[in-house]
Amino acid sequence: MISIIDCHMGNIGSIVNIIKHIGFEAKIITNADEVLDAEKLILPGVGHWDNGIEKIHSSGLKSAILSAVNEKNIPLLGICLGMQLLFKTSEEGDKEALNLIPGRIKKFDFSSLPKEINQGKHRLRIPHMGWNDVYPCHSNDPILSSLDEEMSFYFVHSFHAADVPEEYQLLKCHYGYDFICAVNKKNVWGFQFHPEKSHKFGMQLLKNFVEKV
Amino acid sequence: MVRTRVMPALLLDGQGLVKTTRFKSPIYVGDASNTCRIYNQMEVDELILFDIRSSSQKLPIQFDLIKQIVSECFMPICYGGGVKTLEDFRTLFYLGVEKVSVSSLLFENPNVVKEAIKIYGAQSIVSTIDIKTSRFRKIQQVYLHNGKKPIKKKLIDIICLLNDIGVGEIIVNNIDREGSWSGFDCELIRFFAENTDVPVVALGGAGSKEDIKKAVDEGHASAVALGSMAVFQSKGMGVLVKFPKLKELKTLLEKK
Repeated sequence: MISIIDCHMGNIGSIVNIIKHIGFEAKIITNADEVLDAEKLILPGVGHWDNGIEKIHSSGLKSAILSAVNEKNIPLLGICLGMQLLFKTSEEGDKEALNLIPGRIKKFDFSSLPKEINQGKHRLRIPHMGWNDVYPCHSNDPILSSLDEEMSFYFVHSFHAADVPEEYQLLKCHYGYDFICAVNKKNVWGFQFHPEKSHKFGMQLLKNFVEKV
Repeated sequence: MVRTRVMPALLLDGQGLVKTTRFKSPIYVGDASNTCRIYNQMEVDELILFDIRSSSQKLPIQFDLIKQIVSECFMPICYGGGVKTLEDFRTLFYLGVEKVSVSSLLFENPNVVKEAIKIYGAQSIVSTIDIKTSRFRKIQQVYLHNGKKPIKKKLIDIICLLNDIGVGEIIVNNIDREGSWSGFDCELIRFFAENTDVPVVALGGAGSKEDIKKAVDEGHASAVALGSMAVFQSKGMGVLVKFPKLKELKTLLEKK
């Protein structure tokens, strides 16, 4: 059973749908007790950093998530803003998030790129929106098993992870420059892209999260 | 590198899908959820759904139908039509819709759009701008409510308004070309692309793969939406749910 944390931050339905579609059970949870009782947790999120933090604070979920992960060793997967909230700080807001993964969240910044690769039809627009290829940072990670070498996922975001220590880097992506689009530290995973909206690639990745970790 | 998205743009009319020409003479295309299921099997990049009755006749949003479609589609879905309140945004996102598109709300109640952006992020809020050449003034104007109500503002002022509200994407639709198979209005698309930082989606007029390429090369569109090409065999021919293959599109749109 996968427990999906509902902080009123968007696309809960699509995550429930895909978990069911790949043959597993999923339920939506909203309170701290349910977080502590979970087998596996998914923290989805869409929207603004400060709003996300307010939501996990106001419902008393923050401390529950931290003890679920740190004390009870429950696997946690953060998606999109849910991944960003695994870090401590973001350029998008002032508040501090879960601080489970070292690094920080910063806005895409193309100011240091040569002009010719960022103009006309090549202009790099923000948000980074659409399907992009991703590349493993290390080999043989169980969460990446059975995935093609050529895998692409659907992204929609304006901010991304930076300064992630190498051992916690899982996947990288290129948009103007390389950035880390998936992270893993012990029982915590984070995907910047939307596996629930990425057809077969997303299905396989979520299947791996359910079965292999 | 992020690839150029190419997506079907479908028109909901009740439980069914229709295709119009210049926003008129709807032709029945098929059952909405069945058709969307086919696009899911084809693994299209994204899907746009406009409910033309919810927007023009002010009918309620068909949440049940949207819920069913979303539960069988594992790509991003953008929904537009009749979105008026924050509760509408909330319900749509909760069902699993990735992006909500607004048109008239931008002009009639921009504060609701701003509030939705604050909560759900700019990337989730799309503006669809329908444009046609006014019969009397012979200039391109924005129209609301399925092409019925003109907005008497310059296009550049409209773009400034969109930038100011902070929408995350702009779908630029030329009504004069809609359903015509005559190619996109690349000049119009480029005008938008040059005056905003957010992605611009070309809509209205696609008739061939070359048109898709032109929208990107000449119009500087970040994404391309297909109406007739996705639901008819060819111009004037019968209904056929189809879509260019990913490989063909990749070769076609390879960035140099």
